[in-house]
Amino acid sequence: MLTKRIIPCLDVKDGKVVKGTNFINLRDAGDAVELAERYYHEGADELIFLDITATEEKRKTLLSLVESVAKVIRIPFTVGGGISKVEDIEVLLKAGADKVSLNSAIVHNPNLIVEASKHFGSQAIVAAIDVKKTSNSFTVYISGGKVETDLEGFDWCKKVEQLGAGEILLTSMDSDGTKNGFNIEFLKPLVESVNIPVIASGGAGTMEHFYNAFNETNVDACLAASLFHFNELKIADLKKYLLSKNINVRL
Amino acid sequence: MILMIDYGAGNTASVANALDEIGTQFCIAKNISDVKEYEKIILPGVGEANYAMQQLRERGFVELIKNSKVPTLGICLGMQLFTEFSEEGETGCIGLVNCKTIKFSNMNEKVPHMGWNNVNTKNDSILFNSIKQNEYFYFAHSFYVEESKYAVASTKHGIEFASAIENKNIYGVQFHPEKSGAAGLQLIKNFGEL
Repeated sequence: MLTKRIIPCLDVKDGKVVKGTNFINLRDAGDAVELAERYYHEGADELIFLDITATEEKRKTLLSLVESVAKVIRIPFTVGGGISKVEDIEVLLKAGADKVSLNSAIVHNPNLIVEASKHFGSQAIVAAIDVKKTSNSFTVYISGGKVETDLEGFDWCKKVEQLGAGEILLTSMDSDGTKNGFNIEFLKPLVESVNIPVIASGGAGTMEHFYNAFNETNVDACLAASLFHFNELKIADLKKYLLSKNINVRL
Repeated sequence: MILMIDYGAGNTASVANALDEIGTQFCIAKNISDVKEYEKIILPGVGEANYAMQQLRERGFVELIKNSKVPTLGICLGMQLFTEFSEEGETGCIGLVNCKTIKFSNMNEKVPHMGWNNVNTKNDSILFNSIKQNEYFYFAHSFYVEESKYAVASTKHGIEFASAIENKNIYGVQFHPEKSGAAGLQLIKNFGEL
């Protein structure tokens, strides 16, 4: 039986993990490759790297990160952050990444999903979608949550599935950083309306939050960043807890 | 020396990294003219079946694999290409095992089949030496190889499918051993020691 996945997310700038490390010395957080290796040995099911490097050197830094990470971990990983061309995807997958995460680029050019999934298979294409509650619906935001679009959350999720995305990484902007739990209100109806795997992101603060997400919705994976980076929660402890609550995870 | 076939679609870097980790020697060939001496073949796989077959043909690898007398391992799409036919792109494949590659459809489970699932070995396949029954391996695919007499392991995702096949010197695994932690490395090591 397919297990539920636990995915640490590393926001990376110039090879360093940045998000969630604002309050401690960067050296303490270690670099992205070291942290990746630690998570691999602690039992993470896969990893996600989101590159927020804003310079023109971005493509090179992302590629060298993928090459270095692929050398030290033997679990799948996804990379994202400013990827907008099929050629860029090809380079990253060939360097050892298993999937790419596409966000703003597919809003500007939905056909990128079609092209990319045809070239590399749907399993390699993750649609990253950031939603925020607005009056009585959920609106899709892009450019790192800075730009509002006219897309409705559920509609866009269904659309990316139809275009050929193999997985949805759903971040609830309302929950992100709150440590008040995943956004069950959006996730529950979402997983009932699409047939591709969904990764829940935003809001993890305690082990119960992971349990609630898996127990109350049919999400396939839960993602967290600072919780793991800070060692507030050990992946092995979380998985043992989930297993004790009859959530099927890989130990 | 393991010959790894790079047909443009496969993720050779990850398999190469895993081989490096266990200290197994390998060489990578992008064309038939690159091929020198070898004792085993690995056909990795990520991509689309029809395009992959076209690339293998253009690069002159189909006959090499078809006539292989050495231990030959196909991974994911690589394994599917060993079957007679794939529904992905409706393409004829290499035909080393008499069965087909079929699309997951009409079921309650999500597609792609993505994540860690149990591999239930049916008999004493040498590939699974020192690997426990029902071990977890990482899968990422939308098409599967149907059950047949060549299946040496099966996995359930809506239906039971062949997660490993064997036919004399031909071996195939649907999961990604290069992405399946310690158990995956053990499997690659077992193949290397054949």
